[in-house]
Amino acid sequence: MNREAQSIVLLLIGGALLRLTVFSDVYLRYVKPGLRWYLVAAGAVLVVAGAITLWRDLFGEERPHAGPKVAWLLLLPVLTIFLIGPPALGSYAVEKQGAAAVQQPRSDLPPLPGGDPVRLSVLDYVTRALWEDGASFRGRQVRLTGFVTVDDSGTAYLTRIVLSCCAADGRPLKVALAGVPPATLERDVWITVVGGYDPTRHTDPVSNETVPTIAVRTLTRIPPPPEPYDR
Amino acid sequence: MAPTTLASRWRLGSVELLAATLIAVIVFRGPLVAAFDSPAARTWATIFVSIVVQALPFLVFGVLISAAIAVFVPASFFVRALPRRAALAVPVAGVAGVALPGCECGSVPIAGGLVRRGVAPAAALTFLLSAPAVNPVVLVATAVAFPGRPEMVAARFVASVLTATAVGWLWLRFGRTDWIRLPQRPDLSTMPKWTAFWLSVRHDAIHAGGFLVVGGLTAAFLNVTVPRRWLDALAEQPVLAVLALALLAVLLSICSEADAFVAASLSQFSLTARLAFLVVGPMIDVKLFAMQAGTFGRGFALRFAPLVFTTAVLISVVVGSVLLC
Repeated sequence: MNREAQSIVLLLIGGALLRLTVFSDVYLRYVKPGLRWYLVAAGAVLVVAGAITLWRDLFGEERPHAGPKVAWLLLLPVLTIFLIGPPALGSYAVEKQGAAAVQQPRSDLPPLPGGDPVRLSVLDYVTRALWEDGASFRGRQVRLTGFVTVDDSGTAYLTRIVLSCCAADGRPLKVALAGVPPATLERDVWITVVGGYDPTRHTDPVSNETVPTIAVRTLTRIPPPPEPYDR
Repeated sequence: MAPTTLASRWRLGSVELLAATLIAVIVFRGPLVAAFDSPAARTWATIFVSIVVQALPFLVFGVLISAAIAVFVPASFFVRALPRRAALAVPVAGVAGVALPGCECGSVPIAGGLVRRGVAPAAALTFLLSAPAVNPVVLVATAVAFPGRPEMVAARFVASVLTATAVGWLWLRFGRTDWIRLPQRPDLSTMPKWTAFWLSVRHDAIHAGGFLVVGGLTAAFLNVTVPRRWLDALAEQPVLAVLALALLAVLLSICSEADAFVAASLSQFSLTARLAFLVVGPMIDVKLFAMQAGTFGRGFALRFAPLVFTTAVLISVVVGSVLLC
């Protein structure tokens, strides 16, 4: 690839980063929200580097030069982003990987925040359910949001994936749904459930980790949220 | 525009090829998108894009530092900053890795820039290995991922610095300079400084970025295909468990700022096996191998990768059995 084409590739990849972060929320499908401004800065640097070097090649003295062939590969992520726009990870990744282990909290957990039902992250619910046997839920209703996964035995789960950095390190967290006929739910549908703690525990068939349960009182289908991963 | 002669007019240039590729992709958009309709292909595409997107800020940061080293820092600075004897410069470079907050994607172009600036390759390679593993961001992430286990942070730091230094010394003793082949780049010394800076940025970004994509493609493929059950079977064998997680670190190519969280979630494995995961991952994985081959040449990467892998696994086992029992 010659130098002018290299500059154009830098413009494309920088542009793709800006398109994901400045002009949409799509980057949230791939990385943590905290990475946004780093991505904007990186996109801007790549666009500036592409523009300055392209300007110099077009109007400067030097003749075009052959460059590395590997540069062509940089088109792949750009085309994947613009054409396919891969979705956030869903039930396929979760059912392959199984529920992840949840760390024992370092100290006693604070009491539940206010609100009835109280809105909790899936990570918070699973941690309180497994490490405190649901002690902090006594008499409270909680609201959880996630997408549906179903295991081989037909149990339906509300699932959310936690990221540390990017989707490659995503860890699925699952809560079994008690009181919902699984046949009524399709995989990957986003739902919000309100319900109470149920002490039943399941064992994930893939990872052998323990999975807690929620006794569902109401279940609502919702559109996929802009931030698909658990906070 | 460059002047076109009759001879060059009929040659297909890169820009024309690039335009043709983009037009072809737009024309065949329908079938291309349809090919990604299966959940496995979509999951692969998501992981591929997320590895590349997540690495790009660190890569750009590394490329900017590398360009600044190449253009604004005189070569004499490194001669003064590092001990003259390479055998002493190696451990200094190992501990100096603490100062670079970033992950492994940034340290490859930086190490390339250091070698160009006349730093002894053994010292630059030690820096390459230690910087992504022992900087404050990574150590804090490790402490957060392993609450109540500060010995894990200590073991990671000690094992990483020891591995980086040991590899540096081994390279000094047995390595040959003609194994390292830096890609040619335009002579920067005759240009205005800022022009040289941006040309260096383009050169490094194109090289490191292209190989990042190679690694991202492979890592995403393995991420989607390696079944979880294999891991559980291996976790029960103490020796195999260490090798399995070291190999997993190579295959998954997770950023060093995130790998501690993944290690923490592999709770069926021993702490020593997980230490090996944390020590090997930032130093050698499929993405890094591709980037190192692109920056230092394939002959280099083929020798360097097994050396680093073996050293890292051995030192992790020793440090793990001392600190993590």
